[in-house]
Amino acid sequence: MNHLGFKLDKVKVGSFDFTCCEGCQLQLANKESTLPEFLGLIDIRNFREISSERHDDYDIALVEGSITRSDEIERLKAIRAQAKVLVAFGTCACFGGVNSLKNRIPQEEAIREVYDGKKIETMPSMKISDIVEVDLSIPGCPVSKDEVERIMVGIVTRSAVSLPKYPVCVECKQKLNTCLFDLGEICLGPITRAGCDAVCPTGKTACLGCRGPAEDINFPSFEELVLDRKLSISDMKEKLGFYNGFGDYLDHES
Amino acid sequence: MIYKVISKPEFKAFIDAIVRVNNAYGPCQVEIDAKGKPIYQFKPVKSADEISFDYTVTHSSAKHFFLPFRDELSSFTFTDGNWEQEVRYDAPPTILIGLRPCDINAINILDDVMLHGPYPSPYYLARRKNTFIIGMDHLPLPDCFCKSMNRHTVNHGFNLFCSDIGDRYYLSINSANAFSFLKEFKIEEPSYEDNCNLIERRKSIKNSFETNVEVTGLPVFLDIEFDSPIWQKWGDKCLSCGSCAMVCPTCYCYSVEEKFDIDLKGSSRQNHLYSCNLVDFAQVAGGHNFRPRNGDRLKYRYYHHYRGFAANDNQQICVGCNRCGRACLANINPKDVINDLRLERESCTTCVSTSPEKT
Ligand code: SF4
Ligand code: SF4
Ligand code: SF4
Ligand code: SF4
Ligand code: SF4
Repeated sequence: MNHLGFKLDKVKVGSFDFTCCEGCQLQLANKESTLPEFLGLIDIRNFREISSERHDDYDIALVEGSITRSDEIERLKAIRAQAKVLVAFGTCACFGGVNSLKNRIPQEEAIREVYDGKKIETMPSMKISDIVEVDLSIPGCPVSKDEVERIMVGIVTRSAVSLPKYPVCVECKQKLNTCLFDLGEICLGPITRAGCDAVCPTGKTACLGCRGPAEDINFPSFEELVLDRKLSISDMKEKLGFYNGFGDYLDHES
Repeated sequence: MIYKVISKPEFKAFIDAIVRVNNAYGPCQVEIDAKGKPIYQFKPVKSADEISFDYTVTHSSAKHFFLPFRDELSSFTFTDGNWEQEVRYDAPPTILIGLRPCDINAINILDDVMLHGPYPSPYYLARRKNTFIIGMDHLPLPDCFCKSMNRHTVNHGFNLFCSDIGDRYYLSINSANAFSFLKEFKIEEPSYEDNCNLIERRKSIKNSFETNVEVTGLPVFLDIEFDSPIWQKWGDKCLSCGSCAMVCPTCYCYSVEEKFDIDLKGSSRQNHLYSCNLVDFAQVAGGHNFRPRNGDRLKYRYYHHYRGFAANDNQQICVGCNRCGRACLANINPKDVINDLRLERESCTTCVSTSPEKT
């Protein structure tokens, strides 16, 4: 590839799924309008949703899903050893995601409920950074393809990559949405990292914080807001716990 | 300026005729809030029936029609070792209906900033020139304080302004275009009674303000209060969410982003409206943040609005619509912040040096 007179190499990418729905990887595979260009930018070495070829010489590893079994830990460590850049890809990988809901109940109970008591090895859901060092996080349930494309372009062209530091409210206001707090609902928009174009509030559903906390959030003021509007603190905690992105703030509680 | 009167049904017919064939926006009810109050926004309209002529105020201002939240400044096409830039100032003719005096005053302030400085914005100019503004007066809401800012009346910056004088509107026609449109409809010379009614209407608007914010001498006062602990007190509440700046009719700060096309054959330079309250507003290359505390960031928004910056001749740019106060989830609003500052000063008229150290 030639870009403005500079020679650029395609980056070698491997994509791997752990405990998850594979929705984030699917985001990359199913945006057909830009798929050829996207594949022109990278060299897919390992990505089961896109190609049956398997190679182990990738430089960038997109790691999707959370860790819930001991064999996953070994597999993840091997990926870390190979990858120059390891990306926690999606909410499950970044925070533990919806899978973490099971961490609230005894594991035997979860197995009984879901697998009807079959012998299943499972442990509480962990985020990728609980096991290995993560170089870059791309949150979202699922990830935003636009954001992934922007970041990939940044990596290929060696330019700075970053996520918005401000909260979802900025994007929500730009959509001229009616604030869900004014409709009597708790929305995590004021403390959640923007970048999703406020899809949930735009569809009149509260933000559940899948992108995790924005930079330097004011949690006490957010709690104050919930109380001030006479909304329920337990409802707030339920929402904060949904994707497991706000553990730091929930633990300081109660 | 030409003055005429028009009956309300005839006015509606006039509006209907122009919105049917134009790119038009007017106040529409979009929701009923949890307290049962209607919420309005400027929305695209195709008939007069869609417009809430008796609306109160829109939640967001009309600013984004002139300064879009996201706007392409230029696009680039790369060829081998070279590049070409394309700049476009596209602005389809647009009609904005129902703007309040404070909204029009806000656009006049933006004109000063965007057009009368050393680097006039061609993007803004294109939109401003191609926008036809129909203003309408209204009785203030309990929290409106545009009278304190002296922005409750407006005498320029619109094409047509309508004052509600009962069963008819008193029209101030400020453009040849507006007059030629209106000539197709039944308009009349204002009678003696219409003139009296207009004066009565103005009086009743003026006397209906319930909120007063004392702003005389505020710029000097703010200079003195630069180190006041009041800023951090309010900053501690601030969620740094930027909602205030997004809905404000005069907040114009923006950030510029470059975005490569995914095939690397081109790119786009975009600006998007930002807010001085956002955490990285004053962060520079290398990572240093000049305003890491929310109190400092909040303070700068107030300084810009009530003290003014050199870029806008040190004029106060707040028009007193209180949209920021209504949108703020942390109950921060200009009236309370300014009163708090004044109170703090008044309660310590005798002591001289209690300001905390700069950190
Ligand atoms: S983050 Fe959401 S979409 Fe992505 S893998 Fe996890 S559950 Fe699926
Ligand atoms: S709906 Fe949610 S994201 Fe939107 S402004 Fe309200 S709190 Fe913020
Ligand atoms: S609005 Fe909130 S929950 Fe919805 S996609 Fe954005 S960050 Fe995730
Ligand atoms: S600062 Fe607040 S009151 Fe003043 S113009 Fe902006 S939104 Fe209106
Ligand atoms: S003052 Fe209110 S609306 Fe503005 S950034 Fe702070 S919390 Fe958000």
